[in-house]
Amino acid sequence: MDSNSSDTHHGSPRGVAPLRSTAENGLKIVVVGGFGVGKTTLVGAVSEIRPLNTEETMTKAGEHVDDLSGIQDKRSTTVAFDFGRITLNDRNVLYLFGAPGQERFWFLWDRLFSGALGAVVLVDTRRLEESWYAIDRLEHHGTPFIVARNNFAEPEHTLQEVREALDLPDEVPLVDCDARDRESSKQVLIELVRYLYRLAGAEPAPATGAADRAGAADPARTPVPFPADFSAEFRLEESTP
Amino acid sequence: MTGLPGLPGLPGLPGRDDDPDRLYTVTRGRSRPPEHAFDLVTLIVSEQEPTPGMQSEHVRILQLCRTPTAVVEIAAELALPVSIVKILLGDLLEAHRITARHPRFAPTKARLPDLDTLKQVLHGLQQL
Ligand SMILES: Nc1nc2c(ncn2[C@@H]2O[C@H](COP(=O)(O)OP(=O)(O)OP(=O)(O)O)[C@@H](O)[C@H]2O)c(=O)[nH]1
Ligand SMILES: [Mg+2]
Repeated sequence: MDSNSSDTHHGSPRGVAPLRSTAENGLKIVVVGGFGVGKTTLVGAVSEIRPLNTEETMTKAGEHVDDLSGIQDKRSTTVAFDFGRITLNDRNVLYLFGAPGQERFWFLWDRLFSGALGAVVLVDTRRLEESWYAIDRLEHHGTPFIVARNNFAEPEHTLQEVREALDLPDEVPLVDCDARDRESSKQVLIELVRYLYRLAGAEPAPATGAADRAGAADPARTPVPFPADFSAEFRLEESTP
Repeated sequence: MTGLPGLPGLPGLPGRDDDPDRLYTVTRGRSRPPEHAFDLVTLIVSEQEPTPGMQSEHVRILQLCRTPTAVVEIAAELALPVSIVKILLGDLLEAHRITARHPRFAPTKARLPDLDTLKQVLHGLQQL
């Protein structure tokens, strides 16, 4: 409806602020973790909408269940997950998915993680073992992730102890956070994006607010780790469904 | 556990109704997945206003998507499973009543995003 939509849309039919009419690219980050670790709280802390809840029904093979016989099939599982969103700019909108950490939901994770920029594994150090499976699965899937410890109380362990307990490679960032705090949760996401930069062999420009101009004005400060046609090649590949 | 194992109602969601009869009616019993692959974050945009006699779920989707709306938001709003919503969207796409803005980051590849994307994400987050 681009051609005939005016700036005054017809009023939101729901209590959720609509996206800009120019929005064209959805991005995903997944927050995984054990039961009650603070996933929904973290998503809600940074989201521009109240976290919404929905569900997906899939067979154990990871297929969509798209008819009734499938839904009634005992081999199918329905899982609820929640999500929030952050409008990044006129064109890009970031969705944050809070995904349950239990092993039986792995097939949902794989679906959610497909195409995700990366993941945050939220851990509660009182129940570290609940994070092992998520970490294992992410490594297997090749999805970049960082680990954030949600501090419900004064932490009893150093981050180094947590790193050892999780058998986390040195390069994987491990940070503290308070999922209830917007700034703290925002820093967790920024940490993930900085890690993605490092994996891509680049450093983000300093967060001065003038980063855009600085990068453009001084090519020496903008490392280009990929061949120039990297994204073109990339888009070609994805156009075959 | 009558009829619908594994489809618990979600608390706190008004209008959610997992009655199998309703789901059957909504999809008119179809089992064939649409050709079009929708991602959870594919943004849907209406190209037409609803017309009289249209199935109510289609009407709601067309109303919702007057501004771009992600598949997952449509599912939440309609209180229907994502997979059911994708069938409904397939109908509307085939009838050219909606267009789909697919995510540029390939959903099937475990690959690093390009630097331009990362930059936009970082700047967007820093502005929060
Ligand atoms: N004290 C404290 N409480 C927290 C913190 N983060 C979350 N909580 C509380 O812990 C409870 C669980 O948080 P949720 O965000 O619902 O956790 P979740 O991971 O989404 O839980 P499930 O979806 O049920 O697995 C809520 O009552 C939160 O208010 C925190 O950092 N400190
Ligand atoms: Mg939750």
